[in-house]
Amino acid sequence: MFDYEKWQEIFNSIRRHKLRTLLTALSVWWGIFMLVILMGMGNGLQNSVEHNFKDDAINSLWMWPGRTSKPYKGLPAGRWIRFTNEDYDLVKNQIEQVDNITGRYYPRGEFAIKYKEKSLSFDIRAVHPGHQFLENTIVTNGRFINDKDIEEKRKVCVIGKIVAEDFFGREMDPIGEYLSIKGVKFQVVGVFYDEGHRREMQYVYTPITTMQSVESANGRMHMMMMTVGNASIAESKFIEARIRSELAVRHKFDPNDREAIYINNEAENYEEFQMVFRVIKAFLWFVGIGSIIAGVIGVSNIMLIVVKDRTKEIGIRKAIGATPGSIISMILQESIFLTSVAGYIGVISGFSLIYLLNYILVEVEFDFEYFRDPEVDFMTILYALIFLVICGALAGLIPALQAVRINAVTAMKG
Amino acid sequence: MIKLKDIRKSYTTGFNELQVLKGIDLEIEAGEFVSIMGSSGSGKSTLLNILGILDDYDSGTYHLDDTFIDKTLSQKQAALLRNRFIGFVFQSFNLLNFKTAWENVALPLYYQKVNRKERQGIALDYLERVGLREWADHLPTQLSGGQQQRVAIARALITKPKVILADEPTGALDSQTSYDVMEIFKQVNDEGITVVVVTHENDIAGMSKRIIRLTDGLIGESVVNEH
Repeated sequence: MFDYEKWQEIFNSIRRHKLRTLLTALSVWWGIFMLVILMGMGNGLQNSVEHNFKDDAINSLWMWPGRTSKPYKGLPAGRWIRFTNEDYDLVKNQIEQVDNITGRYYPRGEFAIKYKEKSLSFDIRAVHPGHQFLENTIVTNGRFINDKDIEEKRKVCVIGKIVAEDFFGREMDPIGEYLSIKGVKFQVVGVFYDEGHRREMQYVYTPITTMQSVESANGRMHMMMMTVGNASIAESKFIEARIRSELAVRHKFDPNDREAIYINNEAENYEEFQMVFRVIKAFLWFVGIGSIIAGVIGVSNIMLIVVKDRTKEIGIRKAIGATPGSIISMILQESIFLTSVAGYIGVISGFSLIYLLNYILVEVEFDFEYFRDPEVDFMTILYALIFLVICGALAGLIPALQAVRINAVTAMKG
Repeated sequence: MIKLKDIRKSYTTGFNELQVLKGIDLEIEAGEFVSIMGSSGSGKSTLLNILGILDDYDSGTYHLDDTFIDKTLSQKQAALLRNRFIGFVFQSFNLLNFKTAWENVALPLYYQKVNRKERQGIALDYLERVGLREWADHLPTQLSGGQQQRVAIARALITKPKVILADEPTGALDSQTSYDVMEIFKQVNDEGITVVVVTHENDIAGMSKRIIRLTDGLIGESVVNEH
């Protein structure tokens, strides 16, 4: 029930010491505000990194050939390993857990891509059809590279949205047009979009076999990537080891040689990032809670002064029959009120700032790699409120007990 | 109404133990109007605090309206007994400055969990009795000393206590106002409420029915006034 008497007292106490109350409230406000901002920033950072992972399939293995570091079966150390289409076939046929696989070949040297009189510079990735799933490429128009393209070494290409716009503008349909790459005409069969970084939409994909024959590369690949379905971290590590040993047999290198081929396990990386963020978040909580505690101690101090100021009043109340319980609840209520109002304003202003920041980021299409969707969810507000009430009660506890110990007789004399 | 037997109380200050009450035997009947006199240091304030259950005693027994007031009473029990049995009036009025006259009068009922509307009605009746009905919405600072003390008396009466304990109630008032205040006590006493007034003024004590003198922590003489 609404207890007029108690609220009258709280507002009186606050009104009589406006500046003091304001400064105290400010410290609580700042504590909560900082916590919300820190959490928002932490989430922003995490979202950004998670977004970057979204660009690629998370459960994937990426591998590059290296140089042997150990002599093996009479062969010296320091041999260069080269990936070819046979490695692609080997992994594809031998390792059943691999569901999508692609090789990648980068054409040599600097060159421009031409369309009629227009000449622009974009990077080319010569790939297998499976590449679409590894980079999470979204085909918006036409199709991606298919098995027939690979078999028949067709001169076709799939271009990023930005490439399409730069060559053909927003109006024209690029499908069926021809781009000249290294003097060879490639027909555009698809346009793609990528949720990750803008840079991802500045690529031109061609069938790997076509580019290999254009450059007389003898089936050479610069790297190989594959997804491993729903494999757990442990399973994907096991698959990784199996691939390494299969390739070791084929290329005749020591299976324990870590430099002959490099394998990057995205699932493992993702796990590591998650771990890093757990640590960062724990740290942010630590700092945030610390500043709230500082604020709460401030409230506690002020309430001690309030009790001292009201010693005589409390004495009078005791004389006319106030129980210790009623005195405690009077002090606690003021403390909780002060803490939760100041704290809640802190929560609201923290959230407002986060949302404003988010709004601005979206409005200016800001694409900074390390910050994205800084947000705090509704449950956090709820927890913050409960937390504030508890803090307020704790802050008021010592002063309230102090108030109970006041001797009515001496208090009224003073 | 009040029955004290061999009440002793001492205070420790530093290394010294000061015996304030050295064995008080005192009986006050229901409906009496008693004044307790004594020079400063005679222990009269300590006695009043023990009577008012604001302070505990070291040894002896204390019965208030046939209820044994244990010296180990909890704070809560003491508060409830004070609220039910005793009305206090103090020298310095001890009103809450941020509350209006009627809110001050009604405060003891707040601790009896009477709702605000009802409290206000009762408080206005009691202000009427002390002649301050039209001052109900004034703050204590807007009232004269005599008016403030009358508000304090109304506050002491509102719980219909068995005993009114007044500690130098006229100490801060001029003589005419003092007589007015004592007149109110007399009326209260006529209604059957026991009144105990601590004072060091002879003419004030003279207005009560019995004077108890306190010297060096012991009851000296007890004189019945002829009116």
